[in-house]
Amino acid sequence: MLKISDLHANASGKEILKGISLTVNAGEVHAIMGPNGSGKSTLAQVIAGHPGYEVTGGTIEYDGKDLLDMEAEERAQAGVFLAFQYPVEIPGVTNAYFLRAAFNELRKARGEEEVDPMEFLDIMEEKLKLVEMDATMMQRSVNAGFSGGEKKRNEILQMAVLAPKLAVLDETDSGLDIDALRIVAGGVNALKRPDNATIVVTHYQRLLDYIVPDSVHVLAGGRIIKSGGKELALELEAKGYDWLLEPAGV
Amino acid sequence: MTVPYTDQFAAFSANGGGEGPAWLPALRAQAFERFSALGFPTTRDEDWHFTSVTPIAERTFKAVKAAPTALTLSDIEPWLVDESWQRLVFVNGRLEPALSNFSELPAEVQVSTLSEALREEPEWVKKHLGTLAAFDRAAFTALNTAFMQDGVVVRIPKGEVVEVPLHILHVTDTQAAGAAVHPRLLVVAEAQSQLVMIESYVGLGQASYLVNGVAEISVGDGARVDHYKIQRDSLEAFHVGTVQVTQGRDSIYHSFSYAAGAALSRTNVYTKLVGTGGEARLNGLYVLDGTQHADHQTFVEHLAESCASRELYIGILDGASHGVFNGKVYVDPIAQKTDGKQTNKALLLSDKARIDTKPQLEIFADDVKCTHGATIGKLDDQALFYLKSRGIGSDNARALLTYAFAAQVLETIEVDALRLLLERAIFARFTNLALE
Ligand SMILES: Nc1ncnc2c1ncn2[C@@H]1O[C@H](COP(=O)(O)OP(=O)(O)O)[C@@H](O)[C@H]1O
Ligand SMILES: [Mg+2]
Repeated sequence: MLKISDLHANASGKEILKGISLTVNAGEVHAIMGPNGSGKSTLAQVIAGHPGYEVTGGTIEYDGKDLLDMEAEERAQAGVFLAFQYPVEIPGVTNAYFLRAAFNELRKARGEEEVDPMEFLDIMEEKLKLVEMDATMMQRSVNAGFSGGEKKRNEILQMAVLAPKLAVLDETDSGLDIDALRIVAGGVNALKRPDNATIVVTHYQRLLDYIVPDSVHVLAGGRIIKSGGKELALELEAKGYDWLLEPAGV
Repeated sequence: MTVPYTDQFAAFSANGGGEGPAWLPALRAQAFERFSALGFPTTRDEDWHFTSVTPIAERTFKAVKAAPTALTLSDIEPWLVDESWQRLVFVNGRLEPALSNFSELPAEVQVSTLSEALREEPEWVKKHLGTLAAFDRAAFTALNTAFMQDGVVVRIPKGEVVEVPLHILHVTDTQAAGAAVHPRLLVVAEAQSQLVMIESYVGLGQASYLVNGVAEISVGDGARVDHYKIQRDSLEAFHVGTVQVTQGRDSIYHSFSYAAGAALSRTNVYTKLVGTGGEARLNGLYVLDGTQHADHQTFVEHLAESCASRELYIGILDGASHGVFNGKVYVDPIAQKTDGKQTNKALLLSDKARIDTKPQLEIFADDVKCTHGATIGKLDDQALFYLKSRGIGSDNARALLTYAFAAQVLETIEVDALRLLLERAIFARFTNLALE
């Protein structure tokens, strides 16, 4: 589904990703871990198509297409979804309007009819339950004045509504208490299907108790310095990253 | 140099302008004399630094001909907004009783034309008219006072809460091309009373004309006046409007000024907080394009203790338009515990658009909290990316964020029908999406 090969990317003229290769197949869950500032969010943003990052080398193939050749909105329409580490506040646009606009854009791209506000309300009702969010949140401006936990839940709500093929969750677990973590993980698991895939960027192995990964990768200094199965996450939890960094020359 | 409008004033005085109680022609003459001495303001004048009124000063606008209007109710229907509102409709400066309907106002509330009020209660009118809106340093107010004709007088007695909004609609059409109208409004809301008022200006057909309005509003102790001014004049027109308010103890004056019309407009919202605990909320939105110029000046005078003022003005400027916001705040030595906040934000949608913004705070009391902030910017890149990452295309994402920028101040409108009208208008202007 996703094939990243020798990806290099710059931000503000500084090289941040220094040759990343990663293959994710349908049905898989991959976890990306690593110290702060290692380039995890940069990778996530490059996959989503943030124009602030310049790809200087390598390729990303998604569903047989050249992902790097697509605008951010085209990627979303093709099923790519990024749950932001720092969701953006948009005062003045209600969550309901925003979600329906996005939902309809994806439908239009697939050649389907748009849904009207009443139909959308029904769709929302079920998804709100999934993330245990109150319906009143829909009438509030997108993320404006939301608590950290509410913002993260709102990301998962969007993911539930937009039903992506490839979901990238960037530290969706950071700053969540155990209940919120359970809700977020429950949402992700409920949305898992054999034909979609998930990349979970996280700092903590505790999320991986709920979302069980097929592979775990350690990103440091802009490179994947180690990959392994889910037991690698436990090893990292116990030993930290230092034992990996030095041999890798980071 | 001959003073403009001298002949017109002589003709007006000889024909109608001389009517009414003896003090009135005297007031007009005094105002005209003051206008003659002042002349139109220039950009050397500090209050007009960013706004040149040369296009107004270099020509002489005629008096409007007293011709019956051909407009019918269906012509003005789109501008009525809400059928339940009580309305006075003026066409080219004259009240049109056939288009007006304010029969459902409570009987205790007096709404009349200036001439009626002068006939029926000359002493009461004398006590208020011209006492708030001083013209000694304001040429446009002087000109209005000299020429004011079919004004509106509203008196809300003590304790009366008027539930239904009162709409004063000024329609100007091509019959008034090249002419000036000088609307006048006097509102006295006595203690504990409440009034919601919408003062709107629309231009029908493409005509160049001058609207030069003055509103005087007295908000009594514990009273509340919500005042929405909606300016959608013809894009060739000129609009100058001054609102002068005085506020009693624990009163609320809430003003919202929307400016989307006129080639050149200037709106002054001035309030004096003279009683303790008063609150002024002054908000506004200006949406400009082409070569439009819109200037807002606010002046809040904190003249008593523990008063609050809140100002939020938002501008969206496209094309080669020019916006100006000048927010003046004066805090008297006596006005301890003043709480003032002023915010002005402008969004520039094109490289040629321009905003000049100038806060002016004069604070003479020590125990006060006064802040001001101005931001000028483009659309937020992070927000744009966020929308795009959800599948919303670039144009729609930009449109949505432009709308959202305006929505921050539209949400302060407490009259639902009016807020919806403006939300829809802004949404339709910037997007091809539907807002439900
Ligand atoms: N837009 C940017 N401009 C400049 N530097 C950036 C930008 N984005 C990220 N960086 C830098 O790139 C490095 C990696 O950042 P990031 O991808 O956010 O790391 P992580 O998510 O792993 O904590 C950091 O040193 C960060 O300061
Ligand atoms: Mg990060």
